[in-house]
Amino acid sequence: MSPALDPRPVAPRPKGEAWLGWASFLLMIGLWGAAALAVNSRFLPAPWTVIAHISWLTNEAHLLPDFAVTLGRAALGFVTAMVLGTLIGIALGRSRLVDRLFLNWVVVGMNLPAIVIAILCFIWLGLNDKALILAVVLNKTPLVITNIRQGVLSFDPAFDELARAYRLSRGQTFRLIHAPQLVPYLLTAARTGLSLVWKIVLVFEVLGSDSGVGFRVSLFFQFFDLKGILAYTLVFVAIVMVLEHVAISPLERRLLKWRTDQT
Amino acid sequence: MAHGPDLSLSIARLTFGGEVLYKDFHLNVAGGEVVALIGPSGVGKTTLLRILAGVETGFDGLALVDGHPAPLAPVPGLVFQDARLLPWLSCADNLRAVRPDVSNEVVAQALAATGLVDVQDKWPRQLSGGMQRRLGLARALLVNPRLMLLDEPFVSLDRVVVRELQALVTDLIVQSGATAVLVSHDPQDAARLAHRVVIIAGRPVQIVADLALDALPAQRSRTQIIAYEDRIETAMVESAL
Repeated sequence: MSPALDPRPVAPRPKGEAWLGWASFLLMIGLWGAAALAVNSRFLPAPWTVIAHISWLTNEAHLLPDFAVTLGRAALGFVTAMVLGTLIGIALGRSRLVDRLFLNWVVVGMNLPAIVIAILCFIWLGLNDKALILAVVLNKTPLVITNIRQGVLSFDPAFDELARAYRLSRGQTFRLIHAPQLVPYLLTAARTGLSLVWKIVLVFEVLGSDSGVGFRVSLFFQFFDLKGILAYTLVFVAIVMVLEHVAISPLERRLLKWRTDQT
Repeated sequence: MAHGPDLSLSIARLTFGGEVLYKDFHLNVAGGEVVALIGPSGVGKTTLLRILAGVETGFDGLALVDGHPAPLAPVPGLVFQDARLLPWLSCADNLRAVRPDVSNEVVAQALAATGLVDVQDKWPRQLSGGMQRRLGLARALLVNPRLMLLDEPFVSLDRVVVRELQALVTDLIVQSGATAVLVSHDPQDAARLAHRVVIIAGRPVQIVADLALDALPAQRSRTQIIAYEDRIETAMVESAL
């Protein structure tokens, strides 16, 4: 049985310790504030200055449209890469022939520098959203394929035997036996993939786009506007944290409840 | 009560890892009969059970369940030695996994028949080893099997739990009239449950003893069980196991 499916209980995080996460966050802001007071505010604006600037950027500038564009691109790239990567990963994991034929392609895809893929996409398709999203998908998909392939290869054959003995259909076997074994690998692919997608979308926006967070940050850089860069970064971090705590962690807890439930 | 199916197993040749495991092997089981397959660990007992379950098809030969090739025969009630419960499904859903169409009442009845109460919403890991085996048995019962295939169902359990489960399995088989094949390395399992004991050994595997145990399993006295156990052990020793 693969470690991800080990039925031994996993100790849930004690509820009383949730405040530690918030305390750690406040500590980070405190250290930032102390450092800002100690150095020239031109090089490191204080957190309260940056927060006030976020408000101004939201009301008077382009913060909301910029984030909407970037989030849209990231979401489209992420979902496409997850779907494609999952299907290809399953094909590689289930068929030795397909695996032999295409595994090297995945290895190449994993190791091609992101910037090279982006530049090629921009040259071939022009400086547009299609090229940007394709570059994101090409960068992210091999990572998903690798995770899912590994998940399929670690399927427990004993459960397949159970399915055959009880004459489960292909659909039932996938839903009851294979999909649950893939869940930990899908979650890992989603979590690592999300962080990767954020980063590469921003880099590609700097490189070849006239909209989005990356484009705006590159403008701030040209004007040495540290306050703007930090304001966008802070909003970015807030969105990532909200996604983690509102979407991914609850989903993970729900899907892997069988490992942690103490009732 | 209708009896379970007749079984007819004929293996011309079955190899595993380059070694000939079975060659010209034949076994017939009459409908409603409980046969214990006894033999040393690793001899290939589970392989026979997998063939009868229709899971193992890579061999030259034929396994017939009431005249149908095993993979096409009705679903058997297969009980694995490791319970083989799906850890991500609740106990009730583990049962529904093999019969999605059954009502909550039927699931509750199957659980109650194996002595499990208030476990529907628990996860398998929250059950003791004995309870997990009971759940595996309840799952097998849910398909209303006419053929029960039991692979070392009592191994690694403490003696009290083994006695309880042996009595439970005997009752369930008697009530259903199913044909049953029990794989075990323990003569005591056979002495308590089987009508007939088939001892296998060697390479290729051969039947080295075929013993009929006269008294009905459910009516056996302690003295009879001990006597049968001695008889089986003696046959095993004489067969140089």
